[in-house]
Amino acid sequence: MANPLEQFVVKPLSETPIIPGTEIMMTNQSIWMFGVTVFLGLFLAFGVRKKALVPGRLQAFVEMTYGLVESLSKDIIGPKGKKMIPTIFALYMFITTLNLAGMIPGSYTATSQIITTAIMALTVFFSVIIIGLMKHGFKFFGLFAPAGVPLPLLFILIPLEIVSFFIRPFTHAVRLAANMMAGHIALKVFATFVVGFMAMEGAATFGAILPFAGLFGITILEVVVALLQAYIFTLLTCVYLSDAVNLH
Amino acid sequence: MEMEVLKFIGAGLAAFGMIGAGIGLGNVFGSYFNAVARQPSMEKALSKYLFMGFALVEAIAILAFVLGILLMNA
Repeated sequence: MANPLEQFVVKPLSETPIIPGTEIMMTNQSIWMFGVTVFLGLFLAFGVRKKALVPGRLQAFVEMTYGLVESLSKDIIGPKGKKMIPTIFALYMFITTLNLAGMIPGSYTATSQIITTAIMALTVFFSVIIIGLMKHGFKFFGLFAPAGVPLPLLFILIPLEIVSFFIRPFTHAVRLAANMMAGHIALKVFATFVVGFMAMEGAATFGAILPFAGLFGITILEVVVALLQAYIFTLLTCVYLSDAVNLH
Repeated sequence: MEMEVLKFIGAGLAAFGMIGAGIGLGNVFGSYFNAVARQPSMEKALSKYLFMGFALVEAIAILAFVLGILLMNA
């Protein structure tokens, strides 16, 4: 029986590296990320190609997705966050499409690799530090000391705030990766049950209906999780950036 | 007992950390449904805080998950 973890193995597509003398190769993961990026660029450009006043179906879809991210960042960051909307939108679309691409049978879920999500989370983390320092200078460190807290309490609060600040990129990255990974493992485990029942003889074959119904349910749940986790990643990005822009 | 066996037992024990996160998530969503049932017009405003609370509680489960993975590969 196939190992449910087998789907996460990163395999190079060919043995010849892109840059001679290094180990940089095209893998099944990077090809999916490239494909999704190209698809997204073409899809979004194609969607808004007419710039019609009364949007067609595709244009309405693209505009509504943009509206979702725009209202999210407006509500959380406020008017100062307008400059960041394109980045947040790109992040949201990239993660959503990668998550949904992972639901295609036989595809590779690039977001289930911590390296993919860690790069995005670290980008957000360093943007927060750089934007915060550029906007507020030394006052940015006031983030660690909430206003109106009595002095004795600050001795406990400041270390806690610092720890929670530095643990953020970590949980930010692992949340997405772990959720995608756990869901896909559950899918494959249920799929092995179906295969196991089918391999039996006689009436026991019909037992496959039970895990198959479970598989069906989990697949729907996974699509929801794929959209939800992308939304949560974007929402947390907004919350963290709001810290940098507005302080507390 | 051998170290190999203890590793897996430790990883399994680390998963207990998710009990707390499970209770917490139930609390977060339960409170949300309660609030929306009482004041349906607040649904949109509350859903943002719902996901924020959800993410914060889930962070604990993530720490448990990572601890388990670390113990297994230690």
